[in-house]
Order: sequence, then structure tokens, then C-alpha cells
Amino acid sequence: MTTVAVQPGTKPATMAQALGRAMRDAMAEDPTVHVMGEDVGTLGGVFRITDGLAKEFGEDRCTDTPLAEAGILGAAVGMAMYGLRPVVEMQFDAFAYPAFEQLISHVAKMRNRTRGAMPLPITIRVPYGGGIGGVEHHSDSSEAYYVATPGLTVVTPATVEDAYGLLRASIASDDPVVFLEPKRLYWSKAQWSPDAPAEVPGIGKALVRRSGTSATLITYGPSLPVCMEAAEAAREEGWDLEVVDLRSLVPFDEETVVASVRRTGRAVVVHEAGGFGGPGAEIAARIAERCFHHLEAPVLRVTGFDIPYPPPMLEKHHLPGVDRILDTVGRLQWEN
Amino acid sequence: MPASYEEVYAAMTVQELPGAGASHRSTPPPAWRPRTDAAALLPDPEPYRVLGTAAADKLDAELMRRYYAELVRGRRYNAQATALTRQGRLAVYPSTVGQEACEIAAALVLEDRDWLFPSYRDTLAAVARGLDPVQALTLLRGDWHTGYDPREHRIAPLSTPLATQLPHAVGLAHAARLRGDDVVALAMVGDGGTSEGDFHEALNFAAVWQAPVIFLVQNNGFAISVPLAKQTAAPTLAHKAVGYGMPGRLVDGNDIAAMHEVLTEAVERARAGGGPTLIEAVTYRIEAHTNADDATRYRTDSEVEAWKAHDPVELLERELTSRGLLDAEGIQVAKDAAETMAAALRDAMNAEPVLDPMDLFAHVYAEQTGRLREQAELLRAELEAENE
Repeated sequence: MTTVAVQPGTKPATMAQALGRAMRDAMAEDPTVHVMGEDVGTLGGVFRITDGLAKEFGEDRCTDTPLAEAGILGAAVGMAMYGLRPVVEMQFDAFAYPAFEQLISHVAKMRNRTRGAMPLPITIRVPYGGGIGGVEHHSDSSEAYYVATPGLTVVTPATVEDAYGLLRASIASDDPVVFLEPKRLYWSKAQWSPDAPAEVPGIGKALVRRSGTSATLITYGPSLPVCMEAAEAAREEGWDLEVVDLRSLVPFDEETVVASVRRTGRAVVVHEAGGFGGPGAEIAARIAERCFHHLEAPVLRVTGFDIPYPPPMLEKHHLPGVDRILDTVGRLQWEN
Repeated sequence: MPASYEEVYAAMTVQELPGAGASHRSTPPPAWRPRTDAAALLPDPEPYRVLGTAAADKLDAELMRRYYAELVRGRRYNAQATALTRQGRLAVYPSTVGQEACEIAAALVLEDRDWLFPSYRDTLAAVARGLDPVQALTLLRGDWHTGYDPREHRIAPLSTPLATQLPHAVGLAHAARLRGDDVVALAMVGDGGTSEGDFHEALNFAAVWQAPVIFLVQNNGFAISVPLAKQTAAPTLAHKAVGYGMPGRLVDGNDIAAMHEVLTEAVERARAGGGPTLIEAVTYRIEAHTNADDATRYRTDSEVEAWKAHDPVELLERELTSRGLLDAEGIQVAKDAAETMAAALRDAMNAEPVLDPMDLFAHVYAEQTGRLREQAELLRAELEAENE
């Protein structure tokens, strides 16, 4: 998948392992870090991301909660008020919705409504996105709800080393972070050493994953490997595509995106979430505002359709794929 | 005497339950049995009372005189806040006239290290706990949402979304217990709030975790206009405790001696590791929901008058004066202190608060994002243009 620098002595590791290791290391370093959620203890989570944490740190540090997302996040708020640093697992994207009132009315606003006196350092891990053949309510791209809520930091890794580095940074953050885990990349592998994890840039910094000159693909999370594949395939068409991985949606690293698009003069935003009101709408608007005189073509988007998430047998038609990305790049007015 | 559930089930396996032997139906496995003795969790059939009963013979005179002074002050606080609303000094005020005993007892049974989780109607509880009334009313004034540092006072921000602060109380109490601190949390909610999902989830988490938390439901008869009968079919709200595996207590919310006793028992039980309690305090909202409400549309004057005859301030005053524990001078001292508080509140509220528009961007994130910096600059330019 992505171009990850290979360090000497490293072995292949999965994103799932890197995420688990990030929580383990955070818990070992900071006794106030508590992991909680449905099935995160004995079972290690339905995706096994928290595997081994309850055994190593005890059930008081990695807690199987009752099955109630508002209660989980609401309790985490109280724990954070008392000085703990909860890491909450929402089992699936669409199962996080019962917690929205807690998230929007309390978690996102507490720093603001207490004039900075009581920030809430809570990390809310949400496996999100499609492509795993999940039945209804298991494949939503819910990021638009989160990015529309001021006070939340919204992070999404696309590589193994970012999974570790960004989760550590999220847990260390004094602000609440919605940490969106691209579940179809859980088993993606890269050379990565858990004992000497690579330093990664912090939250709020986008990275150019592939340099190019013809056009910029702007993406994040589950769509990064798709864009990287598309960029490789585009060489046959004579296009040298640059790929920007946002890594966090809030804060949005506008400068990296703008600098790239000013260089290439063309931009396509790619994400699984629907296009109307999706993050790509805002990104395209900002590019239009700040790169107008550098653009050779209108900013285009490749997004999920504006439909409820489809049944798994049809999801391949819904998700942004290499062909649809290349077709879209082809519409960037090259003839001029 | 009927045997308790515990005794019944201890004596039989599930196969021996009536009908369990019938071949056409399966049975739960033998290991199944009720987890707790439900009978022990049930509330009393009638609200617990002290004032006007023989139990009042044992009243702590010193404590009750303090409660009396607080009740008089609380009644005056309600009157002053309502007056400030009429003068446009408060945007809105949800009154607790008639509910002062609940508000004050909830505050006074707590130690300094304990936490109070009030709803938007519970500013009086925050004031009784020692918070400056001006700070308590910041939200209702239309000034910044929370006028105090919650950690300094151990008072959570006033919660407007109903019952959403209850899970916070559970989490905080749980965290305190994990850290080995003997801190308890007391969360306040109304009868309408018990219909919210967060009420259910909070009570369930509290019981599963045996968190040191007390849920105080002030059943004041109405959720704005909707009476309790349209809110629940439970025998009483206190009965809801049984389903979660915690004790439910039913108490006369206008009887401050009863409130003190029931709350103190629950606090001590929680502090000693005995887990949570649900308390339903039966009381009445004498005034409308807020100044924006018209209560004559949904209830009769005669009902209100009946409750006024069961007034929490007068109940205690009658008890204390009839027992010679309070005299005219004592009453006057309490009233004078209340007037002093009211005058100070009036003066403070008559001063225009000064808010800095640039503060809009101050506490959204620990570190301001580029986008917010840009928007702050836009506003700054607008303000400078206004001032030119």
C-alpha cells in the first residue's frame, strides 16, 4: 500500500497491532489512561484491538461496560472530570450514534462552557467506513457529523505508523479526539517496530504520501491506499499524481493542501462519505477560494453516493475505486 | 410472613418452579436465579416523613435551625431571581419555590470533597453549597454558560439537556473509587428527566459498578406541562431503582428533616462502599416552569393552594416554634440574613456584565486552529471598524 520507510530490524505489523500497542504504551506510561467499551476487556474487542490490555492492566483499567454508548461516553466525561484520561471504544461507526448527545452537548463543549477550566481529554475510537462486507449499520462513514461539531478534534490514520503515532497523540491531547479507524485497513501491514515506533508528525499536519506534478488527490483514512493505487495506475495515462493524506480532518491542514494544488493546478478530493455536506465539499471550497488563479480545472470530488450505506453485495459500486478516480482525473480539462 | 425472593429461590431449583416440569416448555438452566433480593430494594409505600411525626422528637435543634435559615434564604433567593427576570436582568429563571427543602438538603449533606451534579433548575442547590449566587446565575443571565470553576467548587456545570449529567456523576464517582478516594457524587434530576435514556443508562452503570452516587429525583408533579401520569406507569419513580438492583427511597421532599435523614443515609452508604441509591422526593413546583410558562393552562389553582399548605419553610418553622427551638428573634435573624443576600444579588445583577467578543474563540480548543484564528481576525476587524 503506502510508501512507508523501512527501518532496519523491523517486521511486518498490522494497523490493529499498532493501535493496540499505542493504548498499551499509553497505559503503561500514564496511570490515568483507562480503556473502556463494549467487549474491550476479556474478548479484546470485536476487532481485537484491545487484546491483552485487561490481562496486563486489570479490568479497572480496561473495562467491559454495559452495552449503552451514551452511558459509556457519559461515564467517560465524569471520569475525565475527575482527572482520568479515558479511551472509549465505540464498537462500530453506526453504533456510536446513541452517544451523540453526550458527544455534542458535553464532550465537544465542556472546555468552552467552563471557560477553559475543565477540558475533557477523552479519546473516542470509532471503527469506520466500508469495504469489509459488513451488513447494515456496520460500514458508515460518519466523519461529516464529527467535523461539523466545534470542539472535537477528528483524526484518522491511514498507515500503520500513523495508527500508533496519531493514537498516542490523541490520547495525550487535552482536547476530546474522535479517532476514526479505517476498519478495512485494520489488517494492512507495514514494516514497523513496536519497540522503536517511528516518530510521525502530530495531529493537524497533512502529509504528501506521493509527490507528483499533474494533479493532487486529497484523501484520508480508508481511501488513501485506493488513491495510491490510482496514482500508480495513472502513470500509464501519462499523469503524475500527487497524493495528500490529511491524517486529521480537524484541524484541517489547509496549507499543505493549498501548496500542493498551487503546484499541480488540479485537484480531486476522495472519500467514502457522501458528497453532499461531506468533508470534500469544504475542502473543495477552500481550494477554490485560495487556489483560484492556480487552477487549470474545477476541483472535482470522488465520494460515496448520497445514499444510505448499501448492502455489502453492492458496496463495490458505492465506494470510490481506482477506475472512478482515474475517470475523474480524466475530466480535469487536460485538453486545454 | 411471605418469604423473600432470596429465600424462595435458595430453596428450589428452577425445575421446581410452577409449570417448569411441563414437558412442552423448556426451562432456564438451573444456575439461574435472581441476583438480588428485590424486596430489600423496594421503597416504603408512603413518602418518609419526620416533621409532624413522633420522629421529630429526636431532631438535631442546631442543624434544624441552620436548615431553617437556609430555607428562608432559599425562598428569598427564588423571589429575587424571579424579580430579576421581570426586570430583564435574567434571560430566564426556572423557580424552585416549594422545592427549597430538596435543593438545600442535597447541598448540605455533602462534604467539601463530594460533587454535586445539578440540572438547570438547581441553582439554589449550588448556592446552598456555597457558590456565589451571581456565579450560579451566569448561565440564566445570558452571560457565559458556566460562571464558576467546577473543580474549585465540586459543582458540575448546570445541565440543560435533561438527565445527561447523570452518567457524568456515575463516571466521576467511579473514578474517585478507582483512585481510592471516599468521594461521593449526588446528581439531581426531575420527574420528566426519568423518562430520558441517560437516566436509565446512568442508573444501570452506577449499579453495575457499585459507584458511590446518589440520584435525587425531585418529583415536582410536572415536566413543564406534562403531569407524571403521562410520564410513567411505574408505581412510584423510586420503584425504578429495583430494576437496576439499587435501593429506592420515597421521601416527602417538603420535609427537610426527612430529606436530610434519607440523603445522609444514602451518602453514608455510598461512601462506605454500599453503592448507589435512587431517591424520589415528592414535592411540587409552586410556580410555573419558568417565567415564559403559563401554568394555568394545565393545572388548577386549588391544586397549587393545597401544596402551599404543605410548604417546606412553614413545615419546619411550625415544628421548631412549637417545640420552642425557634423564636421570633430567630426568625427575624434568618429573614435579615436573607435580605442581605438578596440586596447583594440585586446590586450585582444590576451592574452590566462586560463580555469580550474576542473570547468567542478563546476556549474552543487548547490550541486555536488556523481556521479559528482566521475567523477571530475577521471579528477583530469588524469590531475595530465599529469603534472607528
